[in-house]
Amino acid sequence: MTNENTLSATNDCVIRFANVNGSGSASANNLFSKAVFRLGVPVSAKNIFPSNIQGLPTWFEVRVSEQGYLGRRGGYDFMVAVNGQTMYKDYLELLPGGYFFYDSSKRLPDSYDRSDIHLIGVPLTDITNSQYSDPRQRQIFKNIIYVGALAYLLDMDFRVFEESIESLFAQKPKLIEPNIKALKLGYDYAEKHHTDICRLNIHRRDLNGDQILMEGNAAAGLGAVYAGATVAGWYPITPSTSVIEAFERYCRAYRVDKASGRNKFAILQAEDELAAIGIVIGASWNGARAFTATSGPGVSLMSEFLGLAYFAEIPVMLMDIQRTGPSTGMPTRTQQSDLISAAYASHGDTRHVLLFPANPTECFDMTVTGFDLADRLQTPVILMSDLDLGMNVHQCDPIKWDDSRVYDRGKVLNEQQLTDLSERWGRYLDVDGDGIPYRTIPGTHPEKGAFFTRGSSHDEYAAYTEDGEVYARGMQRLLVKWDTAKTLVPAAEVTSDGADIGVIYFGTSAYSSREALDQLRSTQAMDAMRIKAFPFGQEVAEFIKQHSIIFLIEQNRDAQMKALLVNELAIDPNTIISVLNMDGMPITAEFLVTEIQCHLDQLAVHNPDNQQTTGGAA
Amino acid sequence: MTYIRPNFRHPESLRNDAGYSIKHYEGALSTLCAGCGHDSISAAIIKSCFDLNLAPHKIAKISGIGCSSKTPTYFLGKAHGFNSVHGRMPSVTTGANMANKDLLYLGVSGDGDTASIGMGQFAHVVRRNLNMVYIVMNNGCYGLTKGQDSATADQGSVSKKGVPSVFDSIDLCQMALQLGAGLVARCFSGDKKQLIPIIKAAIQHQGFAFIDVISPCVTFNNTPQSTKGYEWVREHMEATGTIDFIPDRTEITLDYPAGSSRTVTLHDGSELHLQKSSADYDLSNRKAAMQQIETVKEQQKILTGLIYHNDTKLDTHGKINTVDTPLNALTQDELCPGSEVLAALNAKLR
Repeated sequence: MTNENTLSATNDCVIRFANVNGSGSASANNLFSKAVFRLGVPVSAKNIFPSNIQGLPTWFEVRVSEQGYLGRRGGYDFMVAVNGQTMYKDYLELLPGGYFFYDSSKRLPDSYDRSDIHLIGVPLTDITNSQYSDPRQRQIFKNIIYVGALAYLLDMDFRVFEESIESLFAQKPKLIEPNIKALKLGYDYAEKHHTDICRLNIHRRDLNGDQILMEGNAAAGLGAVYAGATVAGWYPITPSTSVIEAFERYCRAYRVDKASGRNKFAILQAEDELAAIGIVIGASWNGARAFTATSGPGVSLMSEFLGLAYFAEIPVMLMDIQRTGPSTGMPTRTQQSDLISAAYASHGDTRHVLLFPANPTECFDMTVTGFDLADRLQTPVILMSDLDLGMNVHQCDPIKWDDSRVYDRGKVLNEQQLTDLSERWGRYLDVDGDGIPYRTIPGTHPEKGAFFTRGSSHDEYAAYTEDGEVYARGMQRLLVKWDTAKTLVPAAEVTSDGADIGVIYFGTSAYSSREALDQLRSTQAMDAMRIKAFPFGQEVAEFIKQHSIIFLIEQNRDAQMKALLVNELAIDPNTIISVLNMDGMPITAEFLVTEIQCHLDQLAVHNPDNQQTTGGAA
Repeated sequence: MTYIRPNFRHPESLRNDAGYSIKHYEGALSTLCAGCGHDSISAAIIKSCFDLNLAPHKIAKISGIGCSSKTPTYFLGKAHGFNSVHGRMPSVTTGANMANKDLLYLGVSGDGDTASIGMGQFAHVVRRNLNMVYIVMNNGCYGLTKGQDSATADQGSVSKKGVPSVFDSIDLCQMALQLGAGLVARCFSGDKKQLIPIIKAAIQHQGFAFIDVISPCVTFNNTPQSTKGYEWVREHMEATGTIDFIPDRTEITLDYPAGSSRTVTLHDGSELHLQKSSADYDLSNRKAAMQQIETVKEQQKILTGLIYHNDTKLDTHGKINTVDTPLNALTQDELCPGSEVLAALNAKLR
């Protein structure tokens, strides 16, 4: 192989680990990505795991990018192939000029005949067998040994790994020495046998500032603690379970009364998602902040209750950690495919507020905001996270809290306010003109404020009615409230230089979209907008109006965000070109550049006048 | 029901020790059919709450969907009510109870709402021993959709449609017992003397209290061959005992023949006295209670009265160890960890 075909870069590469699920590889791989982070080099890691506990293939993809690109790039430069089941496929997927790292205890079969890549064999099995007798130790240290080998091959500061091991096992110091020994075994073997083969380096920089590494679900769980949530009803479902686990973990840290040892929170694992949301609705109705987390199938099951909360006007905080649908779909793969089912969940005319976080810091912030919005608007608010954001560790800004921030509990009348009330109070009476009535909490006042909450049609005073006019009046008022919501939800993030082309994205597509835009803008001016919430604010409509060509990036098949935009803003569907990734893997910058460029080229062909502005393929 | 209740009350009408008159416990006029058993249950709830001197606004009445679930409108007008979705009263009540442990939770459901669509939630609210009163107004049919058999309709029972029910029925008391309810009772809506003391005992019970009230549907399921009709139930009731509820044990003045009465002491010291019936068994023995239901059933009869009582178990809050202050009363200061802890938290994530 010639030198020109050898991949060579400093702090810019994609490394893919191919492992077997349940073999302890996750902690070794995390050790590696955390070392990159601690070297001050921006890193993103994606765990691509099966719906299985032990035995099936699993991959871990580490993107190292000095430029700070945290999305998936596309393509693999370095393959750590330690899973026999997938090894040949992994071998074929490696980019030309890349490095194929494998366990050379067994000779590679003849079919491994690529001449455009570098082979790096380390006899992991032989080394572990000679060093360890316990089979479990052999398995665990085999993973650490390849991490040690990588440290040499990628020319990483070995001290960072030692420090990571020391802090990881601070509570179990006995494990420090054997782990460092395993790292060294790998490092030394690679140094001895593969000197100067690898031209990919990861060198110390100071680019990460005060950033942290966190999973979106952990941040959302922490957000619920900070927002003052006390009740969580939930039902286990991948990929949302770790939201509740984090909520519980942080509650145990911050919400146990020191004197009595008792809990200032109630977490109930329900019998199903229907009960989970029922618990949330009951608790919210009774004045506590309550929430649940689920995924697409759970949203389907919760739909009837969401309609009740919409119509009876009860605050609900729901987190939908989206996965690949429909039905059971691919439970351990990501997607943005619950937009329509969440936005219009339940029968009849219903619509719900959605928030679209793009990183863990936003999972925290938007969870807190979501609770405020749910209380203020007395309606369900759904945090639309996804598996990629929720379950992968992301590099992001640190969590911040402003101590002067006061919860917005919305329009709730207390005992004194009820006593002082001179006019007749109506639970569903719009006295302020914003479509939001005043509510009361059970047990507040001996004489005033009691009412019957119901999902059946009711008048302004919460009395049952079958009068069509009264019913219609209530439904129209809910639209007034919807208009109020547009002014309260987080506004879209717009970067505009007056270009003809606008690119719209949301949620976890943000990482790759920014990277793709950087590339595309070198030949073509493009504006961008990141949508952060539904309903859409005025700025969303304006952005679309201002651009003759709109690309809308989504991670689903049916262009669900486009459907929402077209439906809510009465936009001509032809003005929006959808760029859709639906394979369940986090969207890549490479895919976006290719797709958008292809559309631009086609537009140029069909419309020669545009050739100069859109012909960026040269 | 189309009758008009006079709004006038005698100014010196009886008030309870808390200073409330019976009017404070009443609700809107019932819209159920005249003679519906459910209205008798509503009246018994009103009387029970009055007798127990409860503050009406400290009660939350929660129901599902169906004729039975409409009734919370017809009692306790000063209490907040929640007519939720079909079969889901237990989860809404669970959430409400988690938010504020200090209110009395009165759950009202029907046989369709509990024994069919809501079976899962019923089972799990029992299992969690939520501190609540769960009343099933059991008429063996779906009244609001015009009389289809429900899952509690006994095999062979004939409703207005004239077709005997072909499937086995579900006995909700047996289910509640099996799932670990602390108080299990079965009553007949037409027997106020039995129903009121049992509702009172259920209210005083700490933990999950279940009352299956057979409540005939006068419109769709009151035929002579219906096992949930007035006629049949009256003729086939087998009571565990005649019951008196004694709010304070120091005031016992009832005179029972020696050896023929039993006393059930509730957690607050109030007592339930039962005149012994012929079928005697230990009320705190779950196995014996199960057997008694079966024995009486074999005799083509319905066991009524207090069937089981045991309040030694922790309720949901006790099991999950929550603070005494209701969670909905905790302030932001008590709930939000503030910026102080974030430096350490962020540092751990680097």
